[in-house]
Amino acid sequence: MTAATNMKEVLESKLGGVSLVWSAFRDQNRVAVPVSHIAAALQTLRDAGMDQLVDITAVDMLEYPGATDRFEVVYLLLNTTSGERLTVKTHVNEPELKLPSACPVWFGADWLEREVYDMFGIVFEGHPNFKRLLLPDAFESFPLRKDYPVKGRGERHNFPIITRAES
Amino acid sequence: MPLDLIDSPDLDAGFREGLWTLNFGPQHPATHTTLRLVLQLDGEMVIGAEPDIGFLHSGFEKLAEVLDYNQYVTIVDRMNYISPMANEIAWHHAVEGLLGIELTPRCKYIRTIFAELMRIHDHLLCTGTCVLDLGGATAFMYAFNEREKIYEICERASGQRFHTGYTRVGGLLYDVTDDWIKMVRDFCKTFPKAYKDFAGLVMKNRIFVERTKGVGVLTKEDAIAGSASGPVARASGVERDLRRDEPYLAYNDLDFDVCCAQGGDCYARFQVRMMEMLESLKIIEQAVENLPSGPVFISGTGKEGLPDKTEVYRSIEGLIHHFENIMPNRQMPSPKESYYGATESPNGELGYYIVSDGDFKAYRARTRPPSLLHFSLFSRMIRGCMLSDVAAVLGSINIIAAELDR
Repeated sequence: MTAATNMKEVLESKLGGVSLVWSAFRDQNRVAVPVSHIAAALQTLRDAGMDQLVDITAVDMLEYPGATDRFEVVYLLLNTTSGERLTVKTHVNEPELKLPSACPVWFGADWLEREVYDMFGIVFEGHPNFKRLLLPDAFESFPLRKDYPVKGRGERHNFPIITRAES
Repeated sequence: MPLDLIDSPDLDAGFREGLWTLNFGPQHPATHTTLRLVLQLDGEMVIGAEPDIGFLHSGFEKLAEVLDYNQYVTIVDRMNYISPMANEIAWHHAVEGLLGIELTPRCKYIRTIFAELMRIHDHLLCTGTCVLDLGGATAFMYAFNEREKIYEICERASGQRFHTGYTRVGGLLYDVTDDWIKMVRDFCKTFPKAYKDFAGLVMKNRIFVERTKGVGVLTKEDAIAGSASGPVARASGVERDLRRDEPYLAYNDLDFDVCCAQGGDCYARFQVRMMEMLESLKIIEQAVENLPSGPVFISGTGKEGLPDKTEVYRSIEGLIHHFENIMPNRQMPSPKESYYGATESPNGELGYYIVSDGDFKAYRARTRPPSLLHFSLFSRMIRGCMLSDVAAVLGSINIIAAELDR
């Protein structure tokens, strides 16, 4: 029995009845979990040995051919002992752009979730210090969304010019 | 006051008024690049640190969505500019994984040599400036002298010292010459002596050892749960190295050890980096002596590899091949899939998560920057240390702000 089927059994027994979509591409195993069960799925995988969260990222599927959901949130997990990897995906749609934070499971999720919010505007509920990471707090757009142009918009509108006399 | 007392809720309110806040950076010699820390201090003891980053954010990931897989290589080497080619190798490792390309043996070996040269390059800067920040300017000069030789090796291969843009999908910009091989051999000969000089100045220096031992400790559990990788994780006893655990390029054929330490402090991280330089040298020596002959590009059966420049200029077939590769509406299609490819960069696991919609450019290309994850652990490492230890801890985790902010 390979490690991946083991993960599959553990997840399916713990989240009985939830529709999990498994796929693989060039030896990389992926599972899509409904957003309502993502917290339970991550906790189960953590307990099953996936002790490191390698990355959290998101993809705006607005212009992706054939996509039905707007945003895909991706968790890359790793078992540091066996070296096994698993990609967990979940989908969120407007106006409910929120999902539970993974910080209680891996504290390394802290900045990764803040960056996803910064770039896509997806809110992680239960995060201990939730705010923008890279962009200024007054910035209003989410630049990695597909409806945000490459030649930026509104970058400078809220940066008033401070003269020497005022500073 | 001890840290556990500071945390207790029934602490006298007057004590909190006695704390002071120090703004460290964005312009400070020990931050090297542009980052800011807001430190909470009790006298000289740091009881809280809040990093403020984003000063160098330049939207690299947005650019990845408009540039093709070959063009974006000029952007990735501006991320961790201390070891530019390590980024390029990581980027094309992920792209080739997505496209299902198997490189030629010669290309694999040349990339391996460069990856290891970059590891030495990066570690020399990190260890050198770590000592410099603690007041040891002499050792730093020895390290920088060696870096200069690696710049020259890069220049000979690619024409650029710094932002080389050397890798291409399925190959390299140019093949290397015998001249270049001689330069690498010379470097292998002279480096051990320079290393000995450098290590001799630092490793047993009492001031250096006392300022780094037991400072900025990261436990093994925290390193795993906090997503640490590379030398930072290995210094905390996490035995993981992608070169050994998920072999890519030519690492399967070469003999090397994974360097680990148990301390988890600044000195352990320094030690791991010092040991890794010698292992890298071992890899380079093996690779350059066993460098296979043959082409550097995968065979031009279809649209995978770029043709040789002489063919482009002197034959119509070469020109057509070039045209088919470069024109945006004729390039090679990629599978409509997502793929995560990671390499062991000098700083840790550098990965790219690429989502493709079928074009020869990424629909989304996420960088997994090791600096970001390591810097998020900083406030854990520094808690309870002295103000003067901030420079030591910052130096030991090697934060490169261009990679941090992208």
